[in-house]
Amino acid sequence: MLKIREKLQQTEVWKSIFRHNYQDTNRNRALQIVDNVFLHLHPVRIPRHATNIGFTWGMGGITFLLFLVLTITGVILMFYYRPAAEYAYEDMKYLMNDVAFGPLIRNMHRWAAHAMVITVMLHMFRVFLTGSYKPPRQFNWVVGVVLLVLTLLLSFTGYLLPWDQLAIWAVTVGTNMARATPLLGHQGPFGPELGMRIDNDVRFVLLGGTQVGPPTLLRFYVGHCIFLPLIATVFMAVHFWRIRKDGGISGPTSNGKE
Amino acid sequence: MHNVWELIHKPDNIPIVGLLVLVIVYTWWSFYKALKNDRQGYLDEAKLSEKIQVWPNLVRVEFLGALFVMVILVFWSFLIDAPLEEAANPTLTPNPSKAPWYFLGLQEMLVYFDPWIAGVVMPSLIIVGLMAIPYIDINEKGNGYYTFKERKFSVLTFCFGFLILWVSLIVLGTFWRGPGWYFFFPWQEWDTHRVVALTNVDLSEFFGIHTRKADNSLNPAALIFGVVIVVGYYSLIGLYWFQKKNSEIMKKLGFFRYNIIAFLFLTMTALPIKMILRIAFNIKYILVTPWFNI
Ligand code: HEM
Repeated sequence: MLKIREKLQQTEVWKSIFRHNYQDTNRNRALQIVDNVFLHLHPVRIPRHATNIGFTWGMGGITFLLFLVLTITGVILMFYYRPAAEYAYEDMKYLMNDVAFGPLIRNMHRWAAHAMVITVMLHMFRVFLTGSYKPPRQFNWVVGVVLLVLTLLLSFTGYLLPWDQLAIWAVTVGTNMARATPLLGHQGPFGPELGMRIDNDVRFVLLGGTQVGPPTLLRFYVGHCIFLPLIATVFMAVHFWRIRKDGGISGPTSNGKE
Repeated sequence: MHNVWELIHKPDNIPIVGLLVLVIVYTWWSFYKALKNDRQGYLDEAKLSEKIQVWPNLVRVEFLGALFVMVILVFWSFLIDAPLEEAANPTLTPNPSKAPWYFLGLQEMLVYFDPWIAGVVMPSLIIVGLMAIPYIDINEKGNGYYTFKERKFSVLTFCFGFLILWVSLIVLGTFWRGPGWYFFFPWQEWDTHRVVALTNVDLSEFFGIHTRKADNSLNPAALIFGVVIVVGYYSLIGLYWFQKKNSEIMKKLGFFRYNIIAFLFLTMTALPIKMILRIAFNIKYILVTPWFNI
């Protein structure tokens, strides 16, 4: 056995995949991070408090994990779901009753989405309480606020897709406020004066109609499955990049205080 | 009593119970750490500043954390089904119709403000205000560790916004608001036929100035009264400036930054003020104009 393993490790294929051996040396520990496309998001060495759950609560990382879970379960759900008013609800029923592991996938997607909103709120709370938005991390906080808004929008657009009573009424309540947008809504201050009507104001653009209907479903679907996740991915890439560029996780030594 | 159980155990409400527990635990934990740091004269975080290797130290924590979250998520998903109600029916409005839980604070605001404020202006100011925080908080202390002593004003303001105006309004909207968006105790049965006589009056009427004249046109006196109150409220910004102009903090902040902070702060506190006016005195509007009301 050992012989085979040794032989295998000598082959060109093996060596081309694994760039270093596994002896526990500092050099290998460093290589483990820099030679791996996923792990090299990290620095090689960090201050100990950055690994301390009591300091970071791990909430940023958990938010990211949940985003990955949502992406995977979301893609699986897309195999079974058609974003048209006559099919959407039937597809959900089918998924919940007749698809093997269908309920599990849908539940995971739903609960992970709720959980992500919670973790992103707590992450923001932690970042505030440790003052981690202070220089040089001001801009990353701004990127974070964009991510918070994107997370809420992702969750909100997804809420409509089951096309049940809960879905359309929650979204109706949510989007009704757009009617009252100053200048741009037909019931908002100065809206009517500017020629806003129920069939041409911002809410109409958002819904694709004067009430939540089939065009809304399609709009929210495209936003939920393509547009918003893409934007969120870009902002997350910037967020993670900036954490590195701003000198890693904030800490008492990063501003020269002992 | 049976209503409490019904509410807590509704699948979509479970995360809110979780949120509440987590927020309480984290608030307690971070204030514990902050006060400890403040008291002992050195920082716990500074004791942990020696450099260690990411592999295996951080990767291990991440792996175990991910495993822990996944176990919870899978169990949760096995045990509790996501709700799927009757098919969408645009002609049948459920009562109450609630927005998704994270927007319940905004929906609650609709009780006290017109939709253009509660649904559009306030959310925009919240987003802009959050983004502005790093640029308006120029206190360099408290960067990268828990503390309360060194940044009392900012910590208290943020906690007020986060804990009171966001989290507790979510909890209120979920568990205390029933049909017609009326207030029900969680253990009270929801009475869908409850009607409460609306006796709300405008602030000017409280002082004997009628908002509208007999022919239903606006009373200029009430209009002026409203403008004076609203402008007066925001002119607190200037008053405070003149009083404290020469203090250390104001000099550091500068005129421009101070105005933004004061404006955002007063706008935030306008919400609880209006809530109290409505709940305690049945005040409807402070200012009524032909185009909008505040
Ligand atoms: C999709 C949402 C988000 C993801 C996936 C995310 C992810 C992360 C991760 C993994 C970290 C590393 C430290 C940690 O885990 O605490 C981090 C740090 C940070 N995040 Fe986020 N975040 C998100 C949203 C936000 C929001 C809403 C804010 C603030 C409004 C924010 C501001 C920051 C800042 C300033 C840091 C640096 C903290 C430090 O150096 O101590 N992020 N983020």
